Amino acid sequence: MIPVKFDYLAPTSVEEALAALGEHGDDAKILAGGQSLLPVLRMRLNAPEVVIDLGGISSLRGIRDDGDAIVIGAMTTHHDVRDDHLVKQHALLLSKAAAEVADSQIRHRGTFGGALAHADPAGDLGAPALALGAQFVVAGPGGTRTVEASDFFVDLFETAIGDDEILTEVRIPKHTGWGAHYEKFVRVAHQWPIVAVAATVRGSIDEARVGLTNMGSTPLRATATEQALAGVSATEDGVREAAQLAADGTHPPSDLNGAADYRQHLARVLTGRAVLRAAGV
Amino acid sequence: MTKIELTVDGAAVSDDVEPRMLLVQYLREKLGKTGTVIGCDTSNCGACTVHLDGTSVKSCNVLAVQANGRTVTTIEGLADAAEGELHPVQESFRECHGLQCGFCTPGMIMQAVDLLAENPHPSEEEVRLGMEGNLCRCTGYHNIVKSVLHAADKTAGGVSA
Repeated sequence: MIPVKFDYLAPTSVEEALAALGEHGDDAKILAGGQSLLPVLRMRLNAPEVVIDLGGISSLRGIRDDGDAIVIGAMTTHHDVRDDHLVKQHALLLSKAAAEVADSQIRHRGTFGGALAHADPAGDLGAPALALGAQFVVAGPGGTRTVEASDFFVDLFETAIGDDEILTEVRIPKHTGWGAHYEKFVRVAHQWPIVAVAATVRGSIDEARVGLTNMGSTPLRATATEQALAGVSATEDGVREAAQLAADGTHPPSDLNGAADYRQHLARVLTGRAVLRAAGV
Repeated sequence: MTKIELTVDGAAVSDDVEPRMLLVQYLREKLGKTGTVIGCDTSNCGACTVHLDGTSVKSCNVLAVQANGRTVTTIEGLADAAEGELHPVQESFRECHGLQCGFCTPGMIMQAVDLLAENPHPSEEEVRLGMEGNLCRCTGYHNIVKSVLHAADKTAGGVSA
């Protein structure tokens, strides 16, 4: 299976990439790590006339400390996010989730920003990014703007990134010392989760953030569970009671992997497990 | 056509390729390196695994143009085959019979080498997790896992591509 012919552009700066995007508009597709885009092109589900490869823009790679946040370049690979010491120290949840993306080979190529911009509802990074209150820095012809996580995910495979914009980096407010766990439920290894839960907690338990993967068309926060967990002691009973609220207000899909009510059941069970593991119980 | 220059199994190569050409196609059809095989062609099975700048990737999921300026190592470049040498992981697969039909083997070995470079003394569970992107339809994985653990014991952390 070979993609339809396309022209290939390899800009070396964000400005060049934006100019190319401005010139080719809807006919162009951005290539980050390519681990979702190349299968789509090979199966000919999409046939852009121009592919703009961000791989040559070194400024989009890397993770830095920025005071009360860490900043992850959009082209940083899952493998590097998983292993980075700043991520482990200040946003452990992202390290845990990045470790669960697909398989080792894919994690060597796939990128943090590419996966978030792709916005697959079964993708592993949206829920943790949402739970941590990530801020998305987007560059466009008029300069850069910052989009809050709560506004970033719009619908299936749809984000707040405009057609003439590129996601350049993601700011993650520091959650220093918070425990974290990403609990992923799959039928076979290295597949998309049927449901997954991203949980991070301060103390045991003073505060909690819980994100849900594949429980709707976008990543979701389990806010009722978060509220119920605040001040709860991290025991099996206390956590499982709060986890009973995890599926409240969700409208998950029904498909071959599971019906909606089964997914809601999974969300409650996996939330209990994720929070207990995050709290070190 | 786009011009690419890269190093493959120690040799500098340069070519004009169509941007849509996959790295695995380039290796097989342009360079004749058919040791790297196409299994599923959907980036699931890992049979086409090679190393790009020293880490494992699925070469059916990388464009040849994305390898421009980089270094690729395939199963054919792991050891000096002309001298009859085998890489320690290749030897282990032979000694532990880590294959049946052999189709997944090039990818299994390339991923195992990557795994052992990152984690020289993996547990059995770490081997199974580290190899999760490589599918085998014959062995039930038992002897593959054994081969990787055997290579780790034998080389005591000295495995590299």
